[in-house]
Amino acid sequence: MAAPQVRQDVTEGRLSALAFPQAAGWTLPARQGALARVRAMGLPGRRDEYWRFTDPATLTAAEPQAARLFEPGESAPFSTMDRVQLVFVDGVFDAGASDDPALAGVEISRLAEAQDQDIHWARDIYGVLEAHGQTPVERPLAALNTAFATDGVLIRVTGQASKPVNLVYLHCSETSDAILHHVIRLEQGADLTLLENGPAAARFNKVMEVDVADGAAFHHVRTQGRDHDRRAVTHVFARLGESSTFKSFTMTANGILTRNECIIELTGDNAVAHVAGAAVGDGTFHHDDTVFVTHDAENCESRQVFKKVLRNGATGVFQGKILVQPGAQKTDGYQISQSLLLDEDSQFLAKPELEIYADDVACSHGSTSGAIDEEALFYLRSRGVPKGEATNLLVLSFLAEAIEEIEREEIREEILDRLAAWLERHRS
Amino acid sequence: MAPIDEADVKDGVDRETVEAVRSMAGTYKYGWETEIEMDYAPMGLNEDIVRLISSKNDEPEWMTEWRLAAFRRWRQLEEPDWAMVEYPEIDFQKQYYYARPKSMQEKPKSLDEVDPKLLETYQKLGIPLKEQMILAGVEGADAVPAEARKVAVDAVFDSVSVGTTFQKELKKAGVIFCSISEAIRNHPELVRKYLGSVVPQSDNFYATLNSAVFSDGSFVYVPPGVRCPMELSTYFRINAENTGQFERTLIIADKGAYVSYLEGCTAPQRDTAQLHAAVVEIVVLDDAEVKYSTVQNWFPGDENGKGGIYNFVTKRADCRGPRSKVMWTQVETGSAVTWKYPSCILRGDGSQGEFYSIAITNNWQQADTGTKMVHLGRNTRSRIVSKGISAGQAQNTYRGLVSIHPKAKESRNYTQCDSLLIGDKCGAHTVPYIEVRNTSSKVEHEATTSKVDDDQLFYCRSRGMDEEEAVALVVNGFCKEVLQALPMEFAMEAQQLVAISLEGSVG
Repeated sequence: MAAPQVRQDVTEGRLSALAFPQAAGWTLPARQGALARVRAMGLPGRRDEYWRFTDPATLTAAEPQAARLFEPGESAPFSTMDRVQLVFVDGVFDAGASDDPALAGVEISRLAEAQDQDIHWARDIYGVLEAHGQTPVERPLAALNTAFATDGVLIRVTGQASKPVNLVYLHCSETSDAILHHVIRLEQGADLTLLENGPAAARFNKVMEVDVADGAAFHHVRTQGRDHDRRAVTHVFARLGESSTFKSFTMTANGILTRNECIIELTGDNAVAHVAGAAVGDGTFHHDDTVFVTHDAENCESRQVFKKVLRNGATGVFQGKILVQPGAQKTDGYQISQSLLLDEDSQFLAKPELEIYADDVACSHGSTSGAIDEEALFYLRSRGVPKGEATNLLVLSFLAEAIEEIEREEIREEILDRLAAWLERHRS
Repeated sequence: MAPIDEADVKDGVDRETVEAVRSMAGTYKYGWETEIEMDYAPMGLNEDIVRLISSKNDEPEWMTEWRLAAFRRWRQLEEPDWAMVEYPEIDFQKQYYYARPKSMQEKPKSLDEVDPKLLETYQKLGIPLKEQMILAGVEGADAVPAEARKVAVDAVFDSVSVGTTFQKELKKAGVIFCSISEAIRNHPELVRKYLGSVVPQSDNFYATLNSAVFSDGSFVYVPPGVRCPMELSTYFRINAENTGQFERTLIIADKGAYVSYLEGCTAPQRDTAQLHAAVVEIVVLDDAEVKYSTVQNWFPGDENGKGGIYNFVTKRADCRGPRSKVMWTQVETGSAVTWKYPSCILRGDGSQGEFYSIAITNNWQQADTGTKMVHLGRNTRSRIVSKGISAGQAQNTYRGLVSIHPKAKESRNYTQCDSLLIGDKCGAHTVPYIEVRNTSSKVEHEATTSKVDDDQLFYCRSRGMDEEEAVALVVNGFCKEVLQALPMEFAMEAQQLVAISLEGSVG
């Protein structure tokens, strides 16, 4: 189907502002394929069903909107943990600021360098999971990423990683426009915790392809930087083998526009996938969690837990889907999206979808939206807890279900502290 | 029809439910045809056909123009494709848009003058067009006082209304109940004021088509403060081949009025699919209440998916006044393709909308149905309870919208959708849209059975009912009340559905 003129104009406008990396080594065919996909699909517009709640205009524009730099005034997340830090400044790898990537059982290379090597394990994944994730719903911004990514990390885990890998994204230029593409492969029985933090750039487009082999476990925790003006669109494409585990948690505080897509396919029996998010926004904050989980094997479990706290005109979006393919019997699918609206004018827009083609499954979803429970507030106040404190207590308990999805206790506590600090700063 | 294979049914699915679905999947009882001489408009659709339909109904000029405007608009519209239904392309030029029994050329002045063949048809369908007190075959009818048992019926056969019962008695109460073509002639002021005010001419592809070519349908006006003394109902029958039915219903409940309206529909069994595109508009003014119940039993196609009705319906109620109330109840068992979203615009402060739906699909049936609750006024409430049951190769989708506008402070929605799959070749889908644009409102979308109104549940449980029973009572209690009131033979069938258990459901 020929894309309408407006879409084509937007697409070509964006493409003309980018330089296609002709000398991209083994990634070239994948990049060419992705470019063809972008042209065929066209970049998204507000009228697209998948973007009905989030206007992609600033994500598809040729140039990024400027984003003021922001000094968070608190220590960087995960800084007390023993970890391997890999630092990107406005989308460019900074070897000087990064730790030595040597880690037992883990092979780490940089996309910009590895693509020149003749044979590379990531060749079978780069752009492959992304391309696969384009049906049944198109994700043109992810294809754009595959075609034009300037950097990223390639991580192959063969055993138990002794410490987490931490990707740190610094934002130092008000007009930076970063495109990063990571590929992660967990071999059979391997285990890795990946941490991500930072705003990355004025505009950030990130794709992460994660291939989790049988029996492997991938834990992912990220905090998206607190820069108020930053914009980000991120995609995680995950493929899960038999009895593997995938757990991802995202904390988002501030940011003018964030669209986090997570596309998971459970291809082996007994696999487990949990995706969770806690987002807090005040004022011009638009946060969109779009999740698509496909059950293509038996006896798998998936959980989606997304909580949002919105105030002063902030907008929260949740588009979640559980697709149970024919034959994916004994599926246990759960999906909950909830929003707490603290002030007038905040809004919550949700589309929690189920599509089920197998009869022996238990899938449930719930979605709620409302103000803080006045009775609970009254209870706390009648016990002498001041209003602001009581509100924050209730907000934290509301967010708890999502935070509990984080496996490691120390991270759980850190996230909780950070959210508490945010609420303290944004007290009414 | 293909039986549901024992082996297909998984453990945990309630036997009664399977039995109920199985009995529904029996031979289509209404698949026979009435042999009667018909007058057709020429096949196809153009401005002349639109004018012809208008002239057949002796319509005034403004009505003809209204139709033509809709037709011109329709030609610019594209058929929607977002629903989870698949069907071969419909050739809108290969349909008859008007079919009338020859004997109806002169509109009969009373029911006594109606062609006996037509009366026989309705008799056979279980809807005797006689002003009788007791309707045969309705369970429990004897227990109800005679007064409450009266049901006025407007019977629509292909493109025309063949008769409306109890008109005199209704007139005494001030209620106008007649075919829409009569209303256009006799009550133009009401029709002009309200027609297209809820579902505009250009609302959507099918509603626009309907606006251009609707041939008949029912009109109800209940004056201020009047409680309609009896149930009103319309029975739609498609009989002629290759003929689309495009009826239009307009119901107006003036301030403080109350009316309960029932709709039934059947069609003969044929190999070719037939088109049905209806529009129902309901206007509810201050403190008024309308209950609208449907038992949709159009021919669903045979076990190989051949034939059946393509049912594209636009139904919408506009709660214009404060504290107005509307309740949609639908039992959807027929049609090869169903595309139907009875909606409520909750404009008046404190207005209420309710939607209760049971959709059963079997064989190759596809249903994409649900509701829209648009909260505009303060303190508006809505409630959605939807159950979809899929068997055979059928696909059953709930698609709904709950939209709370910024000014609809303190509003409340509760939604519950359950689906049940019987067999591993069918599908059940849920596509809810939730848009909350203020803080003081509360919206809940739940798929779990335990989340039904806790107080009611607690009440039932404290009286010794187990949870499943209590949930069934709470969820179905409301439906049951309506289903029991259905004046037709198939009320029995509908009642069977109430026994359907929530066990083994998926969200």
